[in-house]
Amino acid sequence: MKILVTAKRVTDPEMKIKIKSDGSGIELSSMKFKVNPFDEIAIEEALRIKEAMGGEVVIVSICNEDAQLEIRSGLAMGGDRGILVMTEEDPDSDAVARILVKLVEDEKPDIVLMGKQAVDIDDNQSAQILAEYLGWGQACFASKIEIQESKARVHREVDGGTEVVEIDLPGIISTDLRLNEPRYAKLPDILKAKKKEIKQINVSELGVDITPKVVIKNFTEPPQRQAGRIVEDVAELVTALKEEAKII
Amino acid sequence: MASICIVAEHQKGKLKKATLNSISFGREAAEKLGAELHLLVIGNGVTGIADELKSFGATKIHLADDSGLEHYTAETWGYVTAEVAMACDAKIVGMSAGTTGKDLMPRVAAKLEAGMASGIISFDGECFTREMWAGNAVATVEVQTSIKVVTIQGTAFDAAEPSGGDTPVEPVSVSLPDTRTRFIEMHETISDRPDLTEANVVISGGRGMKSGENFTLLEDFADIFGAAVGATRAAVDAGWVSNDLQVGQTGKIVAPELYLAIGLSGAMQHTAGMKNSKVIVAINKDEEAPIFNVADFGLVGDLFKIMPELTEAIKKEKS
Repeated sequence: MKILVTAKRVTDPEMKIKIKSDGSGIELSSMKFKVNPFDEIAIEEALRIKEAMGGEVVIVSICNEDAQLEIRSGLAMGGDRGILVMTEEDPDSDAVARILVKLVEDEKPDIVLMGKQAVDIDDNQSAQILAEYLGWGQACFASKIEIQESKARVHREVDGGTEVVEIDLPGIISTDLRLNEPRYAKLPDILKAKKKEIKQINVSELGVDITPKVVIKNFTEPPQRQAGRIVEDVAELVTALKEEAKII
Repeated sequence: MASICIVAEHQKGKLKKATLNSISFGREAAEKLGAELHLLVIGNGVTGIADELKSFGATKIHLADDSGLEHYTAETWGYVTAEVAMACDAKIVGMSAGTTGKDLMPRVAAKLEAGMASGIISFDGECFTREMWAGNAVATVEVQTSIKVVTIQGTAFDAAEPSGGDTPVEPVSVSLPDTRTRFIEMHETISDRPDLTEANVVISGGRGMKSGENFTLLEDFADIFGAAVGATRAAVDAGWVSNDLQVGQTGKIVAPELYLAIGLSGAMQHTAGMKNSKVIVAINKDEEAPIFNVADFGLVGDLFKIMPELTEAIKKEKS
């Protein structure tokens, strides 16, 4: 199995972001970055499939040069090689899918594995768009994946339970939280990863139009909730719910 | 005439309440753009759902009722949605931001070569707003294509009330494409409780619950109100409760009248999914827990002592 897996560079989800005072963007200078946690799960799953069946895991990121780090961290987990598509602008989800179409045409993977959403812009779109552009099946929000020759049987986390679907390969799978627990890279593997190949391609070389279809005009702070008060005991809470909140 | 096309969400033969929130958005958008409101019902044996939607003042209900549409797949439903959207000159195609909408609408957008905004919370006739970074930023986004595709965050729009009228239902004739996806089976979560996104009262537990069995403490409370039970990512990851109970950035977004946060610290990932609840009550033994910063009423203490006491006290109050 040849698996193409994405590793988006995102702001550390444990850190609180700050919106620039003019609302034009997010203050990134003081932020730490890491691989999108959902992509990390995708990388782990790709490695498990490779370990069980053989094959190759290619880690892709679309960003500026900084995303070398995120690809490297996927290579340290066990990925075979990386591709960094270089762009100075942030492509929207549709442009990401169009770039990935080109890479899929070149690499001809059996599976594209992606996180279901990036925890920065929370779009949850690229995998589905890519599936449509390629005319492939999609199995999104995966919590279990079983590969059976030219098919994948995927358990999907959906409202109301878990849905099991089967997709033909090649196909697209997006990962949900319960699929696996990503491994920590061991020191020798981190060192080994430094020698692995990362091919850098400028987005202009791919001949893809990355004009965004969706443009972010500005950011504002969400309305802040006023902290309420601490009540002493259950009796006071019940009274508050009755008399102040008028809920019981 | 131009239209706003809203795809109905339904489950097990029942209309999901989130569809009514989406209809509210649809009405508002139709008015702002001087467009008609069209509804689309897809499935097998779903005439009843189309009938249920007749009194919501839409111009037309498109009904794609076909045995090949019994089980949702993005390929078949996406095909139907894109066909209908083009036929009714849709300017905006939208669906509630449940797992079906999230899976389907990007595929529809790609078919229509349209841009898409996920989980919108407002529309001013030109731009949408939506949350990013786990609800820590509200972005104003402009979709620059002539057709715009959206999923709609139900908590941001009131459920539409019937406005009378008798919308005509028009069958959609489809010849479905071959697909590369097959439905195998559904493992349903068996529960008598209301859907998290539809309940007036939600009680959620986190790491502090310590086990799945202990969730009965929350169930007992939920029984009084007919409430839904939710959970944090930590509780779901630990396997204590099923995955569709997760409230938060990557789970469900809820805004009930009353939200009780029990034994959960209030990580950003979680508060993103509940911070718009009307009244929030937090019970946690750690007085420093960030959940107290968003709670209207906080009670510091041992949930295993407090919960049974609270359930009894409320029972008494209600009887």
